Amino acid sequence: MDLLAGVVVMLLKMAVVLAVVFGLAAYMILIERKLLGRFQVRYGPNRVGLFGLLQPIADGLKMLLKEDIIPDGVDRRLFLVAPAIVAGTALFAFAVVPFGAGLTVFGRAVPQVLVKTDVGLLFILGLSSLAVYGVALGGWTSDNKYSLLGGLRGAAQMISYELALGLSVVPVAMTARSLDLSDIVAAQAACPFALIQPVAFLIFITSALAETNRIPFDLPEAENELQAGYHTEYSGMRFALFFVGEYVNMILLGAITAIFFLGGWHGPILPPVIWLAIKVLAVPVFLIWTRASLPRLRYDQLMALGWKALVPLALANILVTGAVLVAQN
Amino acid sequence: MDEKKTGILREIADGVAGLAGSYAATLAHLFCKPVTEQYPEYKRPLPERTRGRIILTRSPDGNERCVACYLCSGACPVNCISMQSGEGPDGRRRAAWFRINFARCIYCGLCEEACPTLAIQLTAEFAFSKDAIGDFVYEKEDLLVDHGGRHPDYDFYAHAGVAAGGPKGSHEHEDEPVDIKSILP
Repeated sequence: MDLLAGVVVMLLKMAVVLAVVFGLAAYMILIERKLLGRFQVRYGPNRVGLFGLLQPIADGLKMLLKEDIIPDGVDRRLFLVAPAIVAGTALFAFAVVPFGAGLTVFGRAVPQVLVKTDVGLLFILGLSSLAVYGVALGGWTSDNKYSLLGGLRGAAQMISYELALGLSVVPVAMTARSLDLSDIVAAQAACPFALIQPVAFLIFITSALAETNRIPFDLPEAENELQAGYHTEYSGMRFALFFVGEYVNMILLGAITAIFFLGGWHGPILPPVIWLAIKVLAVPVFLIWTRASLPRLRYDQLMALGWKALVPLALANILVTGAVLVAQN
Repeated sequence: MDEKKTGILREIADGVAGLAGSYAATLAHLFCKPVTEQYPEYKRPLPERTRGRIILTRSPDGNERCVACYLCSGACPVNCISMQSGEGPDGRRRAAWFRINFARCIYCGLCEEACPTLAIQLTAEFAFSKDAIGDFVYEKEDLLVDHGGRHPDYDFYAHAGVAAGGPKGSHEHEDEPVDIKSILP
């Protein structure tokens, strides 16, 4: 009976998380197009449905109906798997993202997270490293020089910024004294880590931008030099999977930024879920704003920023945090 | 050492100011009214001489202006106009058939300039897309309209050197026929 209830609760939670994440990802595309439009003094899509609200459905249908072309020279198996890796790792990471402090339903404690684990932080970092394979394999197997260049750039960039990303959250774990995401949020009940660790926050946001391959770090898919980079040869639903992966990644980024630095679901007056939603959505909106504002970096600038600025800064930040913690004890 | 440090700080400050500037610029645009013209609801007033779909006009008396002189066909750089001349019941030259392939037409307006009778004219209508490319071949009945287009009062035969419209001297700007006997020396 207990087992059955556990399975039912688990399935329900998975369904809710999947529905919310996919719905958000679909509407994130609409939000991005609308916002970009307004940033450029034009309306975004506003034809399908009221205010263009049905646009994501139209986009999805279009993608489904398109021919799924597999070019002759590709390595078939890997070519087919690559988009699934990108979308899959992004979705998989939501397994450890907590959405609240926990509920009590019918006298039973239900944690608002799919899998409660002590090493949630490591799990997310590990998965975001795996996402590199999707990009690199997609570029490698496409049998196309532009895709290959895009894939190579993607691999180099994501591995470089992985480092800065990982190092920037070390002070967070040090301050919270836990790798469990729920504990990290609990540690921010009084004051979000963005205020305590502003340097780590900046490094995190910058390297997260690079991790998601968005402007100004979108070199792997730089349209005007590489056509579309690693997904040049993809079409139809497989191309859409890359896109879904990118947008799910944006939301994931919003979620982990909210959890690591913005205090998770803590906030005055409004209920915790609303606060979490606001914080989770604030980050993608900022990413879109960035996309509208900044030009793309040159490749050497990208590498120099990662290795010569962010990594040393993150290391210094860890040292300073450690020193302060020792001094406090 | 000290000087170098201020240099780095200055550089950082400049960089941050540059970034903040571009963010501010886009943010300011976010609150501007979009300049987009929403097409099907709002149609921008077109210039008077907009070159769009081609028509064959009629003179004020309702007759076809086209005399099938082939000048438009010859002037057309993409050879999209074809016709065959014939004779109408009143003995005037007419086009037996007249055909324009709008799938080829580049809307350059050279046919209109070549036309001696102001028959062929370009209108401002530009939105007439079709499902099949064959539907773009317009025949004479599709091209003919019941008005004079840009020049409603013009009648070619009122200027031409033939007495087709009425008795001699009734053309526009034509003097009365001279009685040659009255001007003998």
